[in-house]
Amino acid sequence: MVKIDDYKNDVPAQWCPGCPNFGILNALKTALTALKKRPHECCLVSGIGQAAKLPHYLKCNFFNGLHGRALPAALGIHVANPRLTTIVVTGDGDCYGEGGNHFLHALRRNPDITVVVHNNGFYALTKGQASPTTRVGEKRSLQIHGVEIVPLNMPAIAIVHDCTFVARGFAGDGDHLKSLLMKAIGHPGLSVVEVIQPCITWGTHPVSWYRERVYTLGGDYDPTDRKAALEKTMEAEERIATGILFLAASRKPFADCFRKEITDQTFAKLKPVSTEKIAGFLSSLRKGYIREDNSHSPRVGP
Amino acid sequence: MRIFMYLRFAGDPIVCGGDRTCLSPSGGRRGLWEKTGLLESGLINAYEGSRYMMEDMNVVIAGAAGEGVQTVGEVLAETIAGHGYAVFAWQEFESRIRGGQNSYSIRISEKPVNAPAMKADILLALNDGAAIKYGPLIQKDGILIAEKKIRDRMIPIAFSDIAEKELGNKIYANTLALGALAAAIGMNLEILHAVLAHKFAQKGDPVVVANRVAAVKGYLLAREGCQGICPWKLPARDTRYRLISGTEALALAAVLAGCRFIAAYPMSPATDTITFLAENEKEFEVFTEQAEDEIAAVNMAIGASFAGARAMTATSGGGFALMVEAVSLAGMIETPLVIVLGQRPGPATGLPTRTAQGDLLFAVHAGHGEFSKLVLAPADAKDIFRQTVRAFNLADRYQIPAIVLTDQFLLDSLFSVEDIPLDQYVPEFHLADPSGIDDYHRYQVTETGISPRLYPGQSLHLVSADSDEHDSRGHITEDLAGTVPAMVGKRLAKHRELQAAIRPPEEVDVEKAERILVGWGSSRLALLEALERLRKNGTRTGMIHFTEMWPLPAYRFPEGKAYWSVENNATGQLARLLRSEYEITFSGQVHRYDGLPLTGPYIQEALQW
Repeated sequence: MVKIDDYKNDVPAQWCPGCPNFGILNALKTALTALKKRPHECCLVSGIGQAAKLPHYLKCNFFNGLHGRALPAALGIHVANPRLTTIVVTGDGDCYGEGGNHFLHALRRNPDITVVVHNNGFYALTKGQASPTTRVGEKRSLQIHGVEIVPLNMPAIAIVHDCTFVARGFAGDGDHLKSLLMKAIGHPGLSVVEVIQPCITWGTHPVSWYRERVYTLGGDYDPTDRKAALEKTMEAEERIATGILFLAASRKPFADCFRKEITDQTFAKLKPVSTEKIAGFLSSLRKGYIREDNSHSPRVGP
Repeated sequence: MRIFMYLRFAGDPIVCGGDRTCLSPSGGRRGLWEKTGLLESGLINAYEGSRYMMEDMNVVIAGAAGEGVQTVGEVLAETIAGHGYAVFAWQEFESRIRGGQNSYSIRISEKPVNAPAMKADILLALNDGAAIKYGPLIQKDGILIAEKKIRDRMIPIAFSDIAEKELGNKIYANTLALGALAAAIGMNLEILHAVLAHKFAQKGDPVVVANRVAAVKGYLLAREGCQGICPWKLPARDTRYRLISGTEALALAAVLAGCRFIAAYPMSPATDTITFLAENEKEFEVFTEQAEDEIAAVNMAIGASFAGARAMTATSGGGFALMVEAVSLAGMIETPLVIVLGQRPGPATGLPTRTAQGDLLFAVHAGHGEFSKLVLAPADAKDIFRQTVRAFNLADRYQIPAIVLTDQFLLDSLFSVEDIPLDQYVPEFHLADPSGIDDYHRYQVTETGISPRLYPGQSLHLVSADSDEHDSRGHITEDLAGTVPAMVGKRLAKHRELQAAIRPPEEVDVEKAERILVGWGSSRLALLEALERLRKNGTRTGMIHFTEMWPLPAYRFPEGKAYWSVENNATGQLARLLRSEYEITFSGQVHRYDGLPLTGPYIQEALQW
């Protein structure tokens, strides 16, 4: 029996009091508990930023690596030990900015991991600069005349690239987010959950501004319809759809071929290749010149 | 008598003096050289100024990229090895897929020299441009084999035309040329046939037969043209050397060490390492992934290692530059990591397909902050086995990043080795036993600085890693008074432990000599050859050679000697490192920075001793 307290630790959070990140943390803990995952069966992976601190605030295995590099680290962890439930916790700056390239290639690879992107629309830890998702015109600490370059729409990019599970949640709706996270974690292949996370310190809008615009997709919405899904990611700022935006036809998860044809073991449990096997390989490497009977054949020529 | 030349016949030495008399194995006088029964038998096409069997012979094959220079070279190298000789093959090529002019040099000797020679006894030029570009390499009594007659002492054979007209396809031009080379060197055709059969086995019998026909055709044509200019013979010997490239040695050593994961981004000269492992995936069960960039590659490897797998990545200078932040990460989170850094000349893109020892200080200093790191620079293919397994073992034992610092020359060259004592390269694993631990602290402060390492999912114990400064459980800390200095101290304590495991440099003739050449990594055999040449010259010279570059070992340079550093770079990076570490002074330095490897003759010429 897994209890939510199994995930409780006593590390004091460095987030601002009342930060919506606490809502995301709680949703994740309740989702893992409901899925009956035990702390040692999970590995949280993050980079740098306020979102990336989340793994410190619950009890489980975690890898808090370099800024932008959570995805490649998670890929290595997942390949080496596929029995772990690997979850990346990242932010819009970490995942879409510094690590944007890795996000694109994660879409191509389709590893069986979950990526939770806290999207607050700017850089919080470094005090309010624009991020890849800041809206045009918004004044930020560094963009004093307002942001001039257009934001990235990463959920749309994920949909275009056949990400098998694309969802959006809201930090202010813990129950809904919990259910999304449960589905994402249970989903085979890559699942991306972008979470709208209002920042109460550097944000342009109060939490209420988001509440007025967030709505949940209804039962009549068909997440397998790519066109509809793209439309949902391109709604004007007055409307922010949450729920499962897109489900692509299932495709082979990353490392499927190696798992099926070579080994599905946890790598740490494999014994090194034997010396005999390597010696045998060395002998056959250039066997063209090693004559079987070791006798000298007659010379041809003068 | 003053020895004019030293020959071998069927393995027996024959010494000929300046008066053209030769001594047989029994020591009896054979009379005038041209009049020996041996010569009259036709077994030796000796003539004035020639050598008979090579003590040391160099064959160069040159042609455009895509013309099959490498294939011809490999088959030739294997065939010569099949005759019982040691070969050393190295390539130099331009960074392009088609065209350009490239060469593949094969040095043949009875005992392995495993160092490059630059001059050619025989140059096989696969096109006219190659004959012109590489023509100056031909020794005074050497010959050229090429399509058109452009000089004396050459065998002109129109490979392409003959292949097309008489063999039905231009594709056989290479094998035809190979056959011609076989005749010029005096090779045994049957051994060549065996190697061709192996090489083309997968393409089926008709291809094997067609190539054999082409080889015989080339052989017969060249034998005709050889009259009076090909003194070489290759009598079969009983000895057998194993041919192995630096890359093959490296990849196999990684397998031997228990490596299960490699992620890399293609970059010459390191690409072949991951390719070799991918090609042999079924055999060795190593997971390979082509990453989107070097940053991803190294972070994937660190992730896999954190999860308990022995993991590595391989790159060259530019890619390594992108990996440097992660080198520091591995140091901070105390996760074993092996990075192969195959050097090529920089800065920036530099000369992508050439060689250098220009990244020594970069490797030693790579990574922001202060942490322990290992840098090993293998000397040759056999040493790659030893040092690669060692890199994995020490990275695991001290939970640090380890760099195997090699170069294009070492990776791309083919070495002859008598044996590879695989049993001596034993993988050691240092993961902790979770059952003996009650309250697990991943970064527990210990006297040696080494904390118990578990991997996530191994047991109920939770495993963490944090790039921030952290406490013993891996959580972010800003406890400047206690935890921070304790963690810094713990990580550096490991460096002192590591230093105690580092081996001193190799010393050759140091006691007797007054002048000592100091080198590192892949230039060892060129240095030894330089020593040999200098010895013959009457200059007593010793060598101190480093393969364990960082941390540097506790070592005392003998006093009263004059030291010269010899490096494949322009600024003497080893000299700088040794000066700061051992406070020694150098009397002079030899630098080579033209993209080509150091050789014995080059070193001797530079020293002018």
